[in-house]
Amino acid sequence: MKPFGSLARAMLKGFFRERIAVFFAVIFPLMFLVLFGGIFTDQGASKSEIIQLGKVSVLDEAPQQVKDSLRESLEITKSSDEKDALEQVRKGDADAVISQDGDRLVVRYSQADQVKAATVQGAFQAIVQSANIAVTGEQPRFSLSTDQVEDDSLKAIQYYTPGLMGWAIASGATFGAATNLVVWRRNGLLRRLRLAPIPTRSVVLARVAVSITIAIIQAVIFLGVGIALFGLRLTGSWPMIIPLLVCGTLAFMAIGLLAGAVAKSEEAAVAIANFVVLPMAFLSGSFFPLDGAPGYVTAISKVLPLKHLNDGMLDTMVRGEGPSSALVPMAILLGFAVVVTAIASRLFRWDD
Amino acid sequence: MGVEITVDELVMTYGDLRAVDGVSFTVAPGEFFGLLGPNGAGKTTTLEMIEGLRKPEGGTVRIDGHEPWKREPELQRRMGVQLQSSAFFERLTAREQLDTFGALYGVAPGRTDEMLEQVGLVDKAGIRTEDLSGGQKQRLSIACALIHDPEVVFLDEPTAALDPQARRNLWDVLRTINESGRTVVLTTHYMDEAEVLCDRVAIMDSGRILELDTPAALVRGLDAPVRISLAPGVLPVEVAREVAGVDPVEADDSGTTITTRDPSRVLTELASRNALDGLSVKGASLEDVFLELTGREYRA
Repeated sequence: MKPFGSLARAMLKGFFRERIAVFFAVIFPLMFLVLFGGIFTDQGASKSEIIQLGKVSVLDEAPQQVKDSLRESLEITKSSDEKDALEQVRKGDADAVISQDGDRLVVRYSQADQVKAATVQGAFQAIVQSANIAVTGEQPRFSLSTDQVEDDSLKAIQYYTPGLMGWAIASGATFGAATNLVVWRRNGLLRRLRLAPIPTRSVVLARVAVSITIAIIQAVIFLGVGIALFGLRLTGSWPMIIPLLVCGTLAFMAIGLLAGAVAKSEEAAVAIANFVVLPMAFLSGSFFPLDGAPGYVTAISKVLPLKHLNDGMLDTMVRGEGPSSALVPMAILLGFAVVVTAIASRLFRWDD
Repeated sequence: MGVEITVDELVMTYGDLRAVDGVSFTVAPGEFFGLLGPNGAGKTTTLEMIEGLRKPEGGTVRIDGHEPWKREPELQRRMGVQLQSSAFFERLTAREQLDTFGALYGVAPGRTDEMLEQVGLVDKAGIRTEDLSGGQKQRLSIACALIHDPEVVFLDEPTAALDPQARRNLWDVLRTINESGRTVVLTTHYMDEAEVLCDRVAIMDSGRILELDTPAALVRGLDAPVRISLAPGVLPVEVAREVAGVDPVEADDSGTTITTRDPSRVLTELASRNALDGLSVKGASLEDVFLELTGREYRA
């Protein structure tokens, strides 16, 4: 126990004393969280900018209640210069130009932003419809009420936190194991430890303990920032992320060991680890959802360990699934760890 | 204290290269033993088989009857090894390195201060190894090898790439280690080092031991002439030739040199002529033995 503890302490000190390593394991992924959190927080409140040309009676004479609700989604500025207004739409500075020609409401939009164009068209369809009903003087018979199936709090941050956290943990474990192995092999420490009266597994277990500690620190910081700054809300079985990240750490340490066994230099080890982890992060939905991705991408993602780590964390952290939803991802990650470690150990060398 | 090492017909090949080709010797308890040879002679591979880092392809190594490649913890606790001087944990201070290695051997923390004292690094205890000089790193790595008070110490080129002062400083450390009764085995390609430190030296080349004896016996066995040099102008060249008799005389701007196999006669003659100014007498060194044995062609 004593050799294990002192080895783990030595490795942890070595890690925290290297600012670059700490930066890439903790700060760098956190920057993405802050960035994504910042970009997507006010996504729902993003308004369409409308230029109103001259008088438009349905807008001008709408009851105050309707005007208020319109103001939530539309930002209307008035203008009398038709040419300039159309030019603004063409450039993307405004989303549509609205004018009235007799009883006809004319919406002119740019095809460049189809989502905005559709939103604006939808909004004015509704305005015209309700104006038509108002003219008849009758109460509308049908009404529409909407309600999303997820927790009210399911905002972008709910999706990005588990994904980016998965990426951070994956890179931390992969890079840690890969560089550790290469540096110790090159500087001779691996051989030196081999001649110390300790079993090899003490060294391996110490490294595993260090990587898991780093992963837990990453998770605490991620959840802390997500909750404090971006209103992240965890669902019931979120503590399951701890066994999940332990399994994830093992799977990615295995990849790191493989990279470290193959690489001749630290630079090569980092390059190999990057080459594996970064594309995997994209294909596993760490940066954006794969819902709209073509079938072959989803098929590839199913064999990637990060996809399963992300899924497990999404299910337990934000989708409100029960603790058992983490079991299948955990089993897959452990299986992956076993297979890759077996390959890495066949390629392992004590010295160059 | 001190263990006996028996090496018998060791063989190791790398592809077509017979890196170690039938090496045998015995190191007595408490002996300071040197493996001397040019780069690629097979000394490091031999040492690695003795330490237990490599399993011999042929032949046997016994340290007090144990086979080191089996890596028995009981034996490893009695062995101190110093490999490359870079074999440290990253970004730890000198003190933390010693504490960590100590913990691997189950040593009480108090040993660290003792070791820092012994290798003269007390004032560097809080410095990270990356910021130590080459000599300080070497001394620290030797301290790490000695932290558990081993009975036998293996050192692989401990003074490589050190400046002359650091080398001499390290020699003192190594002598102290041996004087306390430990068996010491070191590899080096510095003749003077082997000559000054070792009780016995094995000269290796191309995987074989060419000679094995005490440094003094090796030099004697060479039967090389002595070079007696005088400062310029002390003795006219004609007189020098008279003194030298049949021995060759060289004279140039830096002085006059007589090469002789009978130094006592020449020196007596010179003394009687009161011509001893700037005198230097150089006998054969281990270097001459070495060059005689391994040849003078350049090897990288």
